[in-house]
Amino acid sequence: MLEGQFRNPSGCAISAIFDKSGKRFSGDAIISSISVMHERSNGLGGGFACYGIYPEYKDYYAFHIFYDSVQSKRDCEDYLEDLYDIVNLSKIPTRKIKEITDEPLIMRYFVAPLKTKLDSFQLGEEEYVSRSVFHINTHIKGAYIFSSGKNMGIFKAVGYPEDVGRFYMLENYEGYCFTAHGRYPTNTPGWWGGAHPFGLLSLSVVHNGEISSYDANRSAMETYGYKCTLLTDTEVITYIIDYLTRKKGLTFSEAATVMAAPFWQTIERAEKKERERLTYLRNIFASQLVTGPFSILVGFDGGIMALNDRLKLRSLVAAEKGSRVYIASEECAIRKVEPSPDKIIYPKGGEPVIYTLEAQQ
Amino acid sequence: MEISAKNITATDINEFLKTSNETVTLTDVLGERFIACGLKEKTVKIYGTPGNALGAYLDGATVDVFGNGQDAVGDTMNAGAIIIRGSAGDALGYAMRGGEIFVRGDAGYRIGVHMKEYHRKKPVIIIGGTAGSFLGEYMAGGIIIILNLNNSPSPVGNFTGVGMHGGKIFIRGALNATLPPQVKCEKASTDDLDSIKGYLKSFSDIFGLDINSLTDDSFSVLSPDSTNPYKRLYTNN
Repeated sequence: MLEGQFRNPSGCAISAIFDKSGKRFSGDAIISSISVMHERSNGLGGGFACYGIYPEYKDYYAFHIFYDSVQSKRDCEDYLEDLYDIVNLSKIPTRKIKEITDEPLIMRYFVAPLKTKLDSFQLGEEEYVSRSVFHINTHIKGAYIFSSGKNMGIFKAVGYPEDVGRFYMLENYEGYCFTAHGRYPTNTPGWWGGAHPFGLLSLSVVHNGEISSYDANRSAMETYGYKCTLLTDTEVITYIIDYLTRKKGLTFSEAATVMAAPFWQTIERAEKKERERLTYLRNIFASQLVTGPFSILVGFDGGIMALNDRLKLRSLVAAEKGSRVYIASEECAIRKVEPSPDKIIYPKGGEPVIYTLEAQQ
Repeated sequence: MEISAKNITATDINEFLKTSNETVTLTDVLGERFIACGLKEKTVKIYGTPGNALGAYLDGATVDVFGNGQDAVGDTMNAGAIIIRGSAGDALGYAMRGGEIFVRGDAGYRIGVHMKEYHRKKPVIIIGGTAGSFLGEYMAGGIIIILNLNNSPSPVGNFTGVGMHGGKIFIRGALNATLPPQVKCEKASTDDLDSIKGYLKSFSDIFGLDINSLTDDSFSVLSPDSTNPYKRLYTNN
């Protein structure tokens, strides 16, 4: 059975490094960090989201696409050419290693929407791009866009994360933010597309946990046009965040309050103004409340957010050293790359930890 | 005897600890899990960041960490002592049934969850800083002491003692927390204070603190409210 045909609960490892000054650094460090938590994964999925890695193409959407066959590539490219100006296309460079096998064809395209098509579409560029990504992923057999942001890219595969990082030669990329994931799905053969991070436009999510509100969230998100093709909880979390921040204009902090809303009894004890704000968010966005254990790292253009479920049923630690920020499932993953942080932070359940580039503040 | 944990597995570390007859100092520890699991009478000093479930099922050994602990320190420990000179993660002392845990800094969520006691087996957890939510959740016995030495406005998080039906939680200084209706909060009596004096003495000796600085202030003591039990909380049976 393939992924997407049934649901797979999973445990996992997550890690991130972010530089507030925007200074770019190599992907070596994130591989080193996630490798310490090897036992949290079982070799059935690893991946990275890397921000600031394509400055020379920063105005173009970078599509990373898996193809099952030459035919699916042909079909997808026909569709893309109809909607986009493709300024560059190439195979994503990989290294042959024995730990990573059965790779699909992995391509990268830098694209810009065709102006005439975009103008007649009338819903804005991001919606144009996001709808075409959904179209390809649901209608073009054997093609799957797993990364679609600007000046960022997701790299993922079936394997342990440290092997996936070597496979994609992440040491050759420099960015201001990297997130990483090691997957531990318990009931699935695992598929390359099902590895984390999940992304849409420049948003990416890595996740450790198992949400119990999946089906309620999924059915709500599908009414807004999101198609959950993989039946994994991380996919629906990604769409919830996209919906709340991009379509509804909430801040990341507000989106966190919606997803990990305080209990009503906690809300009752809050000051009047805060109580009203929390009540409003819980009522308006009731279908986006995410229950069950999770710790997630959300990468976005110019920033990162870490969030635990409100009961804090998964581990999460953060640290700062100068302009660098580290966030991981376990402190050892931070100490591996920064032995003496200035400060260790233990995020509370439901309280987001958010960092953005200083230049954007 | 000193050994470096670099390039050896957690299993190797534990095999070595089991066979050694002397105090062992482990250096370069980084995330190795289950260190000192089930270990009896000996002392282990740890430099670095030990992984999850440090001292699980500990059975008499003393584990002294010159750094921070991760999650599930002292999981189901039976006897002995664990000293954390930094802070600790979540679920410290989970289902603990004996022995003592001393943390100089803060501790995370669910400290002492499911802790229990039986006759002379009375587990004790002392946290120098603050603890997160669900402290002493489902607690059935033993003692938890929160010293809040930095006088944080919130020594504990939400839902302290939820489901508690035995044992006592001591909190030093002001307590601004909403407690569940089944938990009773009183000012600690002289008898109560006498019962923890020995543990406070150990804490101050271990970390080089003045014992008076720990005992000068008042303590609140939390215990199950026997006049308001959990009858029919979940079912009618």
